[in-house]
Amino acid sequence: MNVTRRQTLAIGLGAAAAAALPFGAMAATEDDIAAFTGGAEVGEGGITLTAPEIAENGNTVPIEVNAPGATAIVVLAAGNPNPGVVTFNFGPLAASQSASTRIRLAGTQDVIAIAKMADGSFVQASQSVKVTIGGCGG
Amino acid sequence: MISRRDFLQVAMATSALYGASGFGNWSRLAAQQVLSQDQLLEFDTLGNVTLIHITDIHAQLMPVYFREPQINLGVGGAKGFVPHITGADYRKLYGIADGSPLDYALTYDDFTALARTYGRMGGMDRIATVVNAIRAERPDALLLDGGDTWQGSLTALETNGGDMVRAMNALGVEAMTSHWEFTLGIDRVTEIVENELNFPFLGANIFDNEWDEPAYEPYQMFERGGTKIAVIGQAFPYMPIANPGWMFPGLSFGVRQERMAEVVQEVRDAGAEVVVLLSHNGFDVDRKLAGEIDGIDVILTGHTHDALPEPVLVGKTHLIATGSHGKFLARVDLDVRDGEVKELRHKLIPIFSDVIAPDPEMTALVKTERAPYADRLGEVIGQTESLLYRRGNFNGTWDDLICNALLEEREADIALSPGFRWGASVLPGQDITREDIFNATAMSYPAAYRTEFTGEFLHVVLEDVADNLFNPDPYYQQGGDMVRVGGMGYQIDISQPQGSRITDMTILKTGEKIDPAKTYVVAGWASVNEATEGPPIWDVVENYIRRNGTVSVEPNTSVKVTGA
Repeated sequence: MNVTRRQTLAIGLGAAAAAALPFGAMAATEDDIAAFTGGAEVGEGGITLTAPEIAENGNTVPIEVNAPGATAIVVLAAGNPNPGVVTFNFGPLAASQSASTRIRLAGTQDVIAIAKMADGSFVQASQSVKVTIGGCGG
Repeated sequence: MISRRDFLQVAMATSALYGASGFGNWSRLAAQQVLSQDQLLEFDTLGNVTLIHITDIHAQLMPVYFREPQINLGVGGAKGFVPHITGADYRKLYGIADGSPLDYALTYDDFTALARTYGRMGGMDRIATVVNAIRAERPDALLLDGGDTWQGSLTALETNGGDMVRAMNALGVEAMTSHWEFTLGIDRVTEIVENELNFPFLGANIFDNEWDEPAYEPYQMFERGGTKIAVIGQAFPYMPIANPGWMFPGLSFGVRQERMAEVVQEVRDAGAEVVVLLSHNGFDVDRKLAGEIDGIDVILTGHTHDALPEPVLVGKTHLIATGSHGKFLARVDLDVRDGEVKELRHKLIPIFSDVIAPDPEMTALVKTERAPYADRLGEVIGQTESLLYRRGNFNGTWDDLICNALLEEREADIALSPGFRWGASVLPGQDITREDIFNATAMSYPAAYRTEFTGEFLHVVLEDVADNLFNPDPYYQQGGDMVRVGGMGYQIDISQPQGSRITDMTILKTGEKIDPAKTYVVAGWASVNEATEGPPIWDVVENYIRRNGTVSVEPNTSVKVTGA
């Protein structure tokens, strides 16, 4: 169990923030997706998003995206106050269309990656990442 | 697969001998006459490769009582499947006679009576005898340890795992993986791995968290019976979340399914004809993994302490579950020809300590390790009128006792005890020695804290822990059983999503509902936070037992479970 006063407060605040989020964050995520895709249909496949199932530290969660043939990949944290995390652009000389970074997650939420392919189509992948208080591991 | 036949032979032999003689009427002597070492070891040797698996010993050098869980609920795809079947349903599934030795070893009913009949199980010297006997038949049998070996007793705590390292070296273990090992702290783990351990410490899923590079050897190749065997290690995936990450700050874990697929491919490319995953994932995670990745022949599972008398087959992958605390050892024979496993034969060997003769060399080693602590170990602190056990999803009498001690000794409204799965049982009428207390509490972050929680935060905590147990996707289940609660009751609907499972949190003493805005004094132990303050939990429990002399634990009905 996590029990220091400091973390108690942090978690309490996080929970309160998360509780207040859904409507606004969902709308913001949809806006960000629309801004990237211009409202085009988004397919599946051709993109992989690698993220931990459970974050070891919500403040720095390693993620990796890979979409062969993409010209750009946007990463969104759907439950963060500002869902937009990063956009990677790949020039014609890029050896591979993959990138990794670390992101901060306010709480348990979906991480979404959308790739714009060379032909102008879009594909997406998403994964739920759990941010937990931890403890009690058998 | 012929394991069922082997197993049924044992079950039928015992039921035939006991017949209608009824429960609890047999003397220990009768048990010894009926069960023989030869019978326990009997195995129709197969093929050209033998694996020996032992896991989750939790530093138990000596034979112990260990009651298996009554409540072990599965969710999602695991609902209604082993290992989430207990008691009579379990016995029916595997054809185990009521009151038989295997009833005692594998299920929970009538535990006290059966324990008095059949005696303690495990013990490193008995385990050594079984290993030696298997090696007499198959000299190059490969002995693998699934981890949770260096923690769980007073002597392991005092020697920083040294006693277990020496015992496992002497036993001739050839590779291991890990979980609680890391709670000794990264410096001690490094010291052991580099200087003391005679065999590789494997973990394909352990990465350096700065550069995201592998931190330990992912696998070891062995040549046995003219066959190339790859043993891949998988450490407990949720190490820095479930246990204190500050004790091994440079490491990152995780299931890392893609990484596992790559390693399996790598060992196949390197010529492995057999791929064995020595895993500390826990059974449900391994069951999912086996369905998602091709190319693993055998998963030797661990962490969740399940003992199954038959392999569970997922696609072409055999999952073996070998229990905990030294109660069992598994023998797996493989017929490997033309680069693939043609046949597998398995036996879960119960280590009845009154039946299997101790190996004198290991007896001597164990005695030497325990000698410096003999007085402390043996000191009688009190007596118990109740069976003390830990396993179960929601509570166990050991943790009820610990919570009672925390409530009284730390003057708290509510007590929390972590949902660990380790800890030996104590029978009613037995003395409680200091060793017994340490067997239920010995670990490296024992501070019994006293703090204040709001009702709202208590709810967040219970919801969080419940999701770690009852998330329908096993990859999102991070830890042990449910946190044990003293002084407070609640209802849980395990079928609900996180945030909606826990209701009706109530202070037991007054019947008053928990107020989200109100502040409560909470005592607990095993915080994963650095610099947690408080006396070690074993002192709290010892003081409580000493003060009471004889302890008894009332049946716990404070958690109401639905949705199972």
